[in-house]
Amino acid sequence: MSSELEQDHTIDRREAIRRVSALLGGAALVGGSALWTGCAKEKAPSGATGSAAAGTGTFTEADIAMLDEVAETILPETKTPGAKAAKVGAFMALMVTDTYDPKDQAIFRKGMQQLDEASKQASNARFVVATSEQRLALLKTLDSEQKTYMDGKKDDDPTHYFRMMKELALLGYFTSEIGYTKAMRYVEAPGKFEPCVPYAKGEVAWAAHA
Amino acid sequence: MQAPAYDAIVVGSGISGGWAAKELTEKGLKVLLLERGRNIEHIKDYVNATKPPWAYPHRGGRTQEMEKHYPVLKRDYPLNEKNLDFWVKDEESPYTEVKRFDWYRGYHVGGRSLMWGRQSYRLSEMDFAANAKDGLGTDWPVRYAEMDPWYDYVERFAGISGSKEGLPQLPDGEFQPPMPLNCGEEYVAGRIKKEFGGKRHLIPGRTANLTAPLKGRYPCQYRNACWLGCPYGAYFSTQSSTLPAAVATGRLTLKPFAIVSEVLYDKDTKRATGVRVLDAVTDVTTDYAAKIVFLCASTINSTWLLLRSATDVWPGGLGSSSGELGHNLMDHHFRCGASGKLEGFDDKYYTGRRPTGFYIPRYRNLLGEKRDYLRGFGYQGSADREGWSRAVAELGVGADFKDAMAQPGQWSIGATGFGEMLPNHANMISLDPTKKDKWGMPVIRIDCATGENEALMRKDMMADMAEMLTAAGAKDVKTNDDGYFPGMGIHEMGTARMGKDPKSSVLNKWNQVWDAPNVFVTDGSAMASSACQNPSLTYMALTARACDHAVNELNKRNL
Repeated sequence: MSSELEQDHTIDRREAIRRVSALLGGAALVGGSALWTGCAKEKAPSGATGSAAAGTGTFTEADIAMLDEVAETILPETKTPGAKAAKVGAFMALMVTDTYDPKDQAIFRKGMQQLDEASKQASNARFVVATSEQRLALLKTLDSEQKTYMDGKKDDDPTHYFRMMKELALLGYFTSEIGYTKAMRYVEAPGKFEPCVPYAKGEVAWAAHA
Repeated sequence: MQAPAYDAIVVGSGISGGWAAKELTEKGLKVLLLERGRNIEHIKDYVNATKPPWAYPHRGGRTQEMEKHYPVLKRDYPLNEKNLDFWVKDEESPYTEVKRFDWYRGYHVGGRSLMWGRQSYRLSEMDFAANAKDGLGTDWPVRYAEMDPWYDYVERFAGISGSKEGLPQLPDGEFQPPMPLNCGEEYVAGRIKKEFGGKRHLIPGRTANLTAPLKGRYPCQYRNACWLGCPYGAYFSTQSSTLPAAVATGRLTLKPFAIVSEVLYDKDTKRATGVRVLDAVTDVTTDYAAKIVFLCASTINSTWLLLRSATDVWPGGLGSSSGELGHNLMDHHFRCGASGKLEGFDDKYYTGRRPTGFYIPRYRNLLGEKRDYLRGFGYQGSADREGWSRAVAELGVGADFKDAMAQPGQWSIGATGFGEMLPNHANMISLDPTKKDKWGMPVIRIDCATGENEALMRKDMMADMAEMLTAAGAKDVKTNDDGYFPGMGIHEMGTARMGKDPKSSVLNKWNQVWDAPNVFVTDGSAMASSACQNPSLTYMALTARACDHAVNELNKRNL
């Protein structure tokens, strides 16, 4: 498991239960499922990881520019802002640095090289200089590859690097201010609970957690 | 050093200690409330309560560094970036696990009343009679009829929202209007009622979140951020509720950073004379005298203190003459149930973030039914529309995928059972013979495990939920058992049980230590059985009742 991601971690036990219910009923997060379904199976001690104080971890500016483009390709600007506007690349770098164990950090970093290699092979261009059509085509291929692998893998097999990237991009985007307030609807203090209201397809979700 | 005398000393400021402080000061006593940790002032010190969720660098998650420093907390949800300051620093407060025991603590004013799940249920006559009926543990020295008015009393003050259901196994109370079921839950509730002949009920959770104002407190704003401390005072905590009431009397002295090292006992009068306090910051020791002492430090901690007290008279500590002090540790076992998907509600949604869900009261081993295990379980759960996190495991990248994932997903529903854990003499705590904490206190040693009865019950906890969801028309129904270790329920109970006989119990029917009647223990330590309901409401009622008795006895000069 790459990390213990959740939509948002701060909860009480009742809320933890609610999320188990919701997550197990649907598609569980890679890391989230580790948190909620595999607590008996603790992560191995990590050793020193050298957590970085800066907001960008130990990744370079160029790394973050690349992650921004990966995230933007997964979650592009549409009628709402995209991942790059939400600074998702820097978030991904920070999360890998601070929350991944060394083994998963290595998978992620090597994954960035693999992704660039795949881009060169497919388009004869590094990912950041490929066209947006080329980027999208590549990530669609990688997405199929990771899904097939992840659905079939054994518990102890490593996580696919593109699953890590996709998960972090989703987490970084939907928990950003843009994600909460532009992509979804968010009211800090709703003031009321309406247990049953009409919903028309196309309306965006209410952000689930304060 | 000798400090001024008080009428009463209360040790611990969580749910039970806050109630003791309120009741005793309101009845005219001068009270010293001792708390081993720091002060947290209502609203002012809820530093993250209104911080936007996106303002946290890791969005609330846990880092490798945090995991290194919190070897216990990391085992379950409490380790997080947002309210970490409300949880005890594992490294400062070690304990010995003979078998794995997850002990999640809050050492500060308010204790775990700040972080609790707020679910509030009465025990029933069946629960108070359970030990007598099947001969396990010792009989509770109280019955429901005696507790009923005290439940009324604490519910009215604490503010419990809930629905009246008329169920003998889960008595109704003095409720504020319930937080209703959402449309998915309402539908399933109707189906379960029909399919199970009115024997099983899915009802709104009864929760200590206000739906109507109380003195100095606002109704719930449906932020669902209770665990950060509520700026509206909308859920019951020491800070929002009992502490202001106690302070208003002008008779309360609150002392944080005060670790009680022992209860001082006079063997001639057979009474406690006060407590010895170790200042957690300066290491200075001070003795405080009082006529009565209330131990409300939480299960394990109150008994830990008794084990260290009056050891010149009883080597096993104050209250150990029965041989039961430290024994019969219990919790609720859970993380085991089922979930599924609901169809036909795609045009329905909800607004606001409700800080509760549904409850399914116990129905097993009731009304003549007999399973291959004793006692029973209730369920807690909810129905929700899936959020963006479903996107991780779905195939897709790009514009359409992004916009689709910003919309609510399918309705899903799930619940976990909360099962009764039987009292068992072998499940015990004791002083570690060698290891000491940074204050020189011998650390507590916990030896506790679930047994065959709990294992059998868990099969029903999974199968029954799957059966109910299937009967209600849910699709893709899956059972789960995510594993449970004692302590994970954060419902520690027992170790100083109430009883009718000083030979087999630590406390009498008024929560007085048999061997020192001016010492009362009114937190979860007192529980003679665990039932399957969330226990805090019962601690409130037992505390208020014991305070009433204590003051009556003081007035009669019996203490």
